[in-house]
Amino acid sequence: MEGPDLTGRAPGQQSLNPTAAAGAAALPSVLRLRALGLFAYPITGPLFALIVIFVVFSLGTSTFMNAGNMSLIAQQSVVIGTLALGQTLIVLVSGIDLADGAIMVLGTVVAGSYATHGDALTALLLAFVVCVIVASVNGLVITKFRLPPFIATLGMFTIVAAGARLYTQSRSFPITSDFLAVLGSGPDFGAVTVTFGSMLWVLLTLALGYALNETAWGVRVYAIGNSPSAARLNGVNVTRVVFSVYALAGVFYAFAAWQALGRTPIADPSGYQIANLDSITAVVIGGTSLFGGRGGVAGTFAGTLIVVALKNGLTQAGIDSLYQQIATGALVMLAVGVDQYLGRGQRA
Amino acid sequence: MKRDRSSRSRATRGLALASAAIGALATFAPSAAQADEKKFLIGIVELQLANPFFGKLEKSAVDTAKKHGLDVMTAEANTAGDSATQIAAIENMINRGVKGITLDPANSTALTPIVKKARDAGIIVVTTNTSLAPMTAADATYETDNLRAGVLIGQWAKATMGAKAPHIAMLDYDLSDKTSKARHDGFLKGFGVAEGDPQIAGSGLNMGNAETGQTAMENLLSAHPDINVIYTINEPAAQGAFFAIKKAKRDVLVTSIDGSCAGVRSVADGTIGATVMQFPTRMGQMAVESVIKAVNDGVKPSGFNNTGTILITDHPIAGVESKDSKWGLENCWGE
Repeated sequence: MEGPDLTGRAPGQQSLNPTAAAGAAALPSVLRLRALGLFAYPITGPLFALIVIFVVFSLGTSTFMNAGNMSLIAQQSVVIGTLALGQTLIVLVSGIDLADGAIMVLGTVVAGSYATHGDALTALLLAFVVCVIVASVNGLVITKFRLPPFIATLGMFTIVAAGARLYTQSRSFPITSDFLAVLGSGPDFGAVTVTFGSMLWVLLTLALGYALNETAWGVRVYAIGNSPSAARLNGVNVTRVVFSVYALAGVFYAFAAWQALGRTPIADPSGYQIANLDSITAVVIGGTSLFGGRGGVAGTFAGTLIVVALKNGLTQAGIDSLYQQIATGALVMLAVGVDQYLGRGQRA
Repeated sequence: MKRDRSSRSRATRGLALASAAIGALATFAPSAAQADEKKFLIGIVELQLANPFFGKLEKSAVDTAKKHGLDVMTAEANTAGDSATQIAAIENMINRGVKGITLDPANSTALTPIVKKARDAGIIVVTTNTSLAPMTAADATYETDNLRAGVLIGQWAKATMGAKAPHIAMLDYDLSDKTSKARHDGFLKGFGVAEGDPQIAGSGLNMGNAETGQTAMENLLSAHPDINVIYTINEPAAQGAFFAIKKAKRDVLVTSIDGSCAGVRSVADGTIGATVMQFPTRMGQMAVESVIKAVNDGVKPSGFNNTGTILITDHPIAGVESKDSKWGLENCWGE
């Protein structure tokens, strides 16, 4: 009855059940109780980190804390932020998607090349179709053929990245359509532009947050992330829900592709080479557990801002970008460390 | 394939006692129009073909080799800096018995031992696009003089700025990369400023594409709104920087290096003030021809061979030779 684990989780990490949780809560460790109290909400950590970063850069540089730069941080966040929404979904079911950036880039070049001779709306729709199909193939391979998500999406990453280059013959396509690039524009408030892309990012975050927290589907996603076998015992069709997660992630990758065309109006197969790692970084720093079942899109929103603000602030402070990468890496390890610590507490 | 046929025909003609060299000559002499040239296997090792420059370079090398009737083995690095794939490829080429290799090294030191092994086995190895450290680790190198390319745009930028006080931004690629460093140093030399000079407002690392060039330039402009002249590692980065400049509604002189057709079009439409064209086709052709000459005549190639640097701008300055974007469009590479 209990089929193979579809979520790529190692055995022994999936034993969250009510009695174990109660046992953990009863542990006499004052420290752990306090940590659990403070960090019971996964958003606490990332919000705290975000505030610290903003305070430090505001004090450390004269140019960080102004409306223009805040608008810039939002604009620099939208592509990775939108991509990371899809990644969050997948990580919540203990999966991972190494192909998300490549799928998005494929979407941009499909739209960009079609738009050179066709109409922009069709071009965008094509990008959506391509992104959803490729992401669904990931879902299919993972649910039906039982490949671990890491391996399945690693393979897909290589295939799609090479495919995009073959398809374009390594050419890039300037975007001349106002419609395709619309997300990079928006109303001006003095020196500040609030782009439609930033608005879309917020809207998509709210919509996905609603779906995860207020619908039966969302409950199932978290249930599968906590324990696929327990979810299955409770009548959840794990295969179908996990597949839907990958397919829906494809929709977010397509939105990210649209965001990318708005932000940098060139469809370039060599762009966004490490967007997959950036999106995973944003998800993890945002407090979503790589073991699944814990976290959510609010954390990812904050996590994206942390990654972008860190890079923005350190550049403005004139700090070598290699140190920026070290800072980001350290934050990832800190975030995962906290998650491990809390995970042990909860899962005992 | 051709080698197999040649050895078989040698056997059928009963030239078993002849030396390999004489045998090969005897086989080819009666039939071939390009009679006096030896047919051999050549290895062509390139960097990642995602970059159209390397694609053009490889195509030119392969075309030249085929034109001379050679058999060709090709291999490419998967990503920037991927020397492991190139090393494995050269090992395979040595096993397959190539007589010459043209190599676009992913790393100037990591490839040195395997190149030594190949040369010890009597294989001619020339580098293209960039060289090994020391340069003499290979027989010869055919590449753009990137320092000179940097000097050209540096001089152009300095003269075009005139009396205006410069606030320079450097949009670099990883400076541990030899090409990146040479261009960077060349620009500063041509402009006449030293590293660390306060006229350099800041520098932003990017990956040589539009997306990362844009982000780097946005952050630099946010911190230093007075930036008025920039150096960029290549034209995609320049294009990205231009998006940031346009959005910030600033007036900034943009310089770059590469000479791709997209880049020259940016010179024509004023996005880029000046760029330096390099010539990948000439690079591949010269490198392969040098190998052919060495195998046939025993004259080994040597040293640094500049494959050309030409300043492309529609705003020429006195004292620096340049061509306009019209000439550029006729001679550019890529799409």
